[in-house]
Order: sequence, then structure tokens, then C-alpha cells
Amino acid sequence: MTLEAESASLDAASDGKTAMEQGTPTHVTIRGLCKQFDDAVVYDRFDLDIPRGKLVSVFGPNGCGKSTLINLIAGLIPRDAGEVLFGGKPLRDTKFGYVFQNYREALFPWLRSIDNIEYPLKLMKLGKPERRARTERLVAHLGVKIDLHRYPYELSGGQQQLVSIMRALVVEPEILFLDEPFSALDYEMTLFMRDQLQRIFVETGTTTVLVSHDLEEAVYLADRILLLSRRPARVADYVRYDAARPRTDATLSEHDFVRVKAHCLEIFQREVRKG
Amino acid sequence: MKTRLDPYLPIVGVIGLIIVWYLAVWYEVVDKVLLPSPSDTFRALWKGMTGGRLGFDFWRTVERTTLATLIAAAIAIPLGIFLGASEKLYRSVEFVVDFFRSTPASAMFPLFLVLFGVGDETKISVAAFGAALVILFNVAYGVMNARKTRLLAAKVMGASRLRVLTDVMLLESLPQTFVGLRNGVSLALVIVVVAEMFIGSTDGLGHRVFESQQLFAMPDMYAAIFAAGALGYGLNLLFLLVERRFVHWSGK
Repeated sequence: MTLEAESASLDAASDGKTAMEQGTPTHVTIRGLCKQFDDAVVYDRFDLDIPRGKLVSVFGPNGCGKSTLINLIAGLIPRDAGEVLFGGKPLRDTKFGYVFQNYREALFPWLRSIDNIEYPLKLMKLGKPERRARTERLVAHLGVKIDLHRYPYELSGGQQQLVSIMRALVVEPEILFLDEPFSALDYEMTLFMRDQLQRIFVETGTTTVLVSHDLEEAVYLADRILLLSRRPARVADYVRYDAARPRTDATLSEHDFVRVKAHCLEIFQREVRKG
Repeated sequence: MKTRLDPYLPIVGVIGLIIVWYLAVWYEVVDKVLLPSPSDTFRALWKGMTGGRLGFDFWRTVERTTLATLIAAAIAIPLGIFLGASEKLYRSVEFVVDFFRSTPASAMFPLFLVLFGVGDETKISVAAFGAALVILFNVAYGVMNARKTRLLAAKVMGASRLRVLTDVMLLESLPQTFVGLRNGVSLALVIVVVAEMFIGSTDGLGHRVFESQQLFAMPDMYAAIFAAGALGYGLNLLFLLVERRFVHWSGK
């Protein structure tokens, strides 16, 4: 590819707005997002559309602001400028779930797992029977086989993260954010949890934004892979991956998967080299 | 390597101490008057605790220490939470707290004597003062060191500032609060026993130790020392058990 052609294709791809596929309505609209930490400009007039009912993986060079992006969207940290709308509504009118990387520090160890899951419902001032009913519905829906009357510290790492995902889902959020949810787990558990998350996504159809530091995982789970550049982060590419679900181990060796992953890796390495 | 006998290991030290003690008495390493035999001492301890003066003095010390610790906790726990909830606020009083925490509480006796007279109030209030600073410091740090992720998690689920405080910060600070309570009760006991020795006392373990020494009733003096040791150990153990029961997640 010539230099002009490469930059032309990058320009087309780097527009998070036009890369939207046909027929899928936009859920989250991000316009002119700006964020600066001390001297580092992390986002400068950043635009992005997140399609409804899809799973978007966020991938990019270390320290480019992957987690910062979902933290800005979910309001965990304030933005300097810009607008984020969920189906036209602001964040405060939107029910969302957020799953932290560090489940050990995100769950409440003084509550039994089931009470952890019900805690957001308690904040919504739902009565005990209603809370229990909703939790039991979720458990049945997801087919979770954990003894939820145990305390979080009595569960394995994967089970704890599953509990915190359920805590995020129990409010029936319109959008779910996950910040590197499996990076503290061992490889075996990671593979298992990937499929759990995929099942949850297929079951609920909730718009999901997943920050990942593992390209294989990012592609395997995603409908769209958002590739970010180094700071200030831009959309380096917004790649589609349409393989049917449920995806399995066999998916990992399919031509389409290998092709998309190779493409993402190429973009990623190009962005890394730019630094 | 772990064996079935491991739980009994602590007894080895106790038996060792008693043997050394018997040998010291047997070979008269120390003057017989100054060091009675273990059996004489434990006989004095038993007689004193069951119907003698020692039992009465023991409970007087328990009363004072408990009261001092309760007063200290009632003041220091709410204050520690209040100060710890705002790091800026705590930083602004930190030096004062650390200064008085480092000041030997015994140096405060004359001041408290002027304020409260020679009665029980002085002993209890000096002990409460010392214990309160230790508890305050621990509670405030417990609140300040609440895991940021946990606070954020509650906030993100829609918890108000007050809910974050009551549902997360308070519980987060509990393990550290118990550290403060254990240190506080130990310090309160030290201060109470010292106060009982010197400040116009007529009862209490400190008084018993001091009086036995004055009367050269050595078995009684050793008995009172052991009673004081058992009390300190017991109070610490009590708080540990309560902590294990209510702060089951501590260290996990």
C-alpha cells in the first residue's frame, strides 16, 4: 500500500461515526469528548458511536486511555468537554452496569454473594421479596451454578467476577461496561469466563463495551473492535466481526477470525510504532 | 511439618518457665524472700481470687478499664469516622493527634488530678484519654484507607454520599477499628494499673501489687502481677474473638 492510500483508508476508518453498519441503530453517541490528566491530553474532540445491542471491544496500546474511555462514558471520572448521550438521554437517566477489573476490591466482603447482587436493587428502594425475585430470575436466566449464600472471599476468582457481573446485570441495565474483567484470572478461568460472558450477552442482548488487553479475547467476543491510537486517542480503526454466535474454540481457527485478528494486530502495531 | 501436637506447643514455654523458676528457687539463685516458689505463688493467686482481696481488686480494675475503654470508644469512633471521611480535615488535626498519642499518658496525671481530684474520675479519664487517641487514629485511617474501588462501585450503582459512608466506609474501617480497640484497651489497662499504684488508691490490681510489695508479702505480689497479666491477655483475646465473629472478612 502506498503512503497516500494507507492514510486515506485510515481516515475513512478513523471516523467512528461513519463506520457504523447499516441497519443497526446507534445507542451511545459520543461527540467532542475531551479529557486531560495534568499535562497528558488523553482525548481531544473524540467522536464515537456505539451500536445498540452489540458488543464492542476496546483495544489499543498501553496507556492510550482504553479504561479512561469507558470511565468517561460511565461518568466514573468527569469529562472536560463533550457530550455523551444514550439513545438521546444523558447518563443520569440511563441505567447502566459497570464491572471492575479488580473484583476483590469491587465486591463487598461483608455481604453474602446474593446480598452483593441485590445491593443495587436496595439502592433503588425495592422491597426484599422483589429483590429476591429479580435475583432468582437472573440466576435462572443465566444458569449460574454458584452457592450465592457464600461470602465472596469463599468463592474462586472467576466465581467472584461472575457475581460482580450479576450485580451489574440485576438492574437490567441498557448498557454494560466491563473494564478488563478477566485480566486477574488464570488462563483456564479466563477461557471459561469468556464463554460465560458470551452466553450472558446472547441471553440478554445488552449493549456491552468491553475493555481488553488481550487481542484474541477482544476479537472473539466482539461485534465491533474499536482500535485506539496512542494519546491523544483517536479511532485507529473500528473493525466489524460478524461471526455467528455462540462462538467456540473452533472459531479461533476459522479464516475470518484469523483475518480480522491479523488486521487488528497490524493496525495495533502501526499505532505502537508511531509512539 | 504439622503434627497433632502442634496446638499444644504454647504449653512448652509455660512449662519451661515454671521449671526454670523452680530451679531458681531450689538453688536459691535469688533471695527466698524475693522469689517465692511457683506453688506458693499460685496458692496465693487461687486464695486471693476465690474470696480474698485479690478478686475484689481484680474486678475493680476490670471495671475501670472497661469504663475507660467504653468512654474512649464512644468518643473516638464517631470522631474518627468524621475526621477520616475528609482527608483534608484529618491532615489538619493529624499533628495534634500524633503529638498527644506520643505523649506518655502518665505525664497527664497531675493535670487530670487538678481537673478531677483524686477519685476514680482521674484514673478513668486519663486511661480514656490515652485509649481514645489510639482508637481515633486507627478509625480515621481505616476510613481513609477504604478501598477506592469499593467506594466507586457503590457510587456507580447510585449510592448517595451518606449511603457510601454507612454502607461502605464504616464497614471498610471495621478491621482497623478493632486494631484500635485492642491497642486502646491494652493502653487503658496499663494506665489504670499505674494510676491505682500511686494516686490515693484503696483498691485495684495496681494497689494490690504495690501494697503487697510494701508489706513484703511476695507471693501476694506475684499473684497480683499474674492476675494483671491474665487480665491483659484476656481482654486482648476477647476483642480478637469478637472481631473474628463480626469482622469475618478481615484479612481476606
